[in-house]
Amino acid sequence: MSNRLINWFRYASPQSFYPLAGKLIPWFWALAALFGLTGLYIAFFVAPTDFQQGEGYRIIFIHVPAAWMSMFIYLVMAFWAGLGLALNTRLSGMMAQALAPTGALMAFLSLWTGAFWGKPMWGTWWVWDARLTSALILFFLYIGFIALQAAIDDARRADRAGAILALVGVVNVPIIYFSVKWWNTLHQGASVSLTKAPTMAATMLWGMLIMALAFWMYSIAVALMRVRAIILEREAHTEWVKALPEVRGSTS
Amino acid sequence: MNWGSAAEFFAMGGYALYVWGSFGVCALLMIAEPILVAKRRSNILQSLRRERLAETLDNHE
Repeated sequence: MSNRLINWFRYASPQSFYPLAGKLIPWFWALAALFGLTGLYIAFFVAPTDFQQGEGYRIIFIHVPAAWMSMFIYLVMAFWAGLGLALNTRLSGMMAQALAPTGALMAFLSLWTGAFWGKPMWGTWWVWDARLTSALILFFLYIGFIALQAAIDDARRADRAGAILALVGVVNVPIIYFSVKWWNTLHQGASVSLTKAPTMAATMLWGMLIMALAFWMYSIAVALMRVRAIILEREAHTEWVKALPEVRGSTS
Repeated sequence: MNWGSAAEFFAMGGYALYVWGSFGVCALLMIAEPILVAKRRSNILQSLRRERLAETLDNHE
């Protein structure tokens, strides 16, 4: 027992990752609830009314976190898909598959809340400008990834086909991010960037960042739940799944 | 505190449709997704249990 380092590769197998994910899920739900309630409190009761947009700007507290997560989840999904393609590890493809619906949900929410923000502020639900169009393409990439995988019966082949689609689609993420710089768009520029001070009030910024953390924890929790279901589905024939207490006994 | 009354809060300064339309759909989807995933889990567990039961019955013959 001299080796005290955790062997991370041990968790690369579905059999050891399954119980680990099960232990982590309640913690991520707790963090999601904690950040979510704090963020909502700031969003509605601490952050002041905007001098230009009145109360309508409060949509920012879900719009920006959803948009960030839609891009971030795509990168993580493509990372897992690429890893599966390169190393042929079983768990990677399952991780990518588990992330896709949550990413699609975030992409949809960014479009939906964007439309509900655009209508009162710009006077239109939708315009075909660079930011909105590239965000719509991201949503379609998620849908395409899910549909392609669902169309292929063999799970490992579905993983490989999906991985190629996911990797090609990565090109869209910097296009979304920089679209407000590269083109003249109706959409405003970045409110928060690494290179300059944020252009918004401190309480608004904190509320937004805490909501982003809440969305992040939610995404991890729900993706871990989904990956556990996928592991059971794909490993249904194995002895270790048949020996699980939730399969053997009456407990669920 | 931004709001004088609950009615003022729900009115959102005239932006009620847009603010609640955004937050409402967001909440709805974020409640629905984990429920659907939990359903997916209970479906696969149920079929695994059935399979196991079938195997046990086969072995008794």
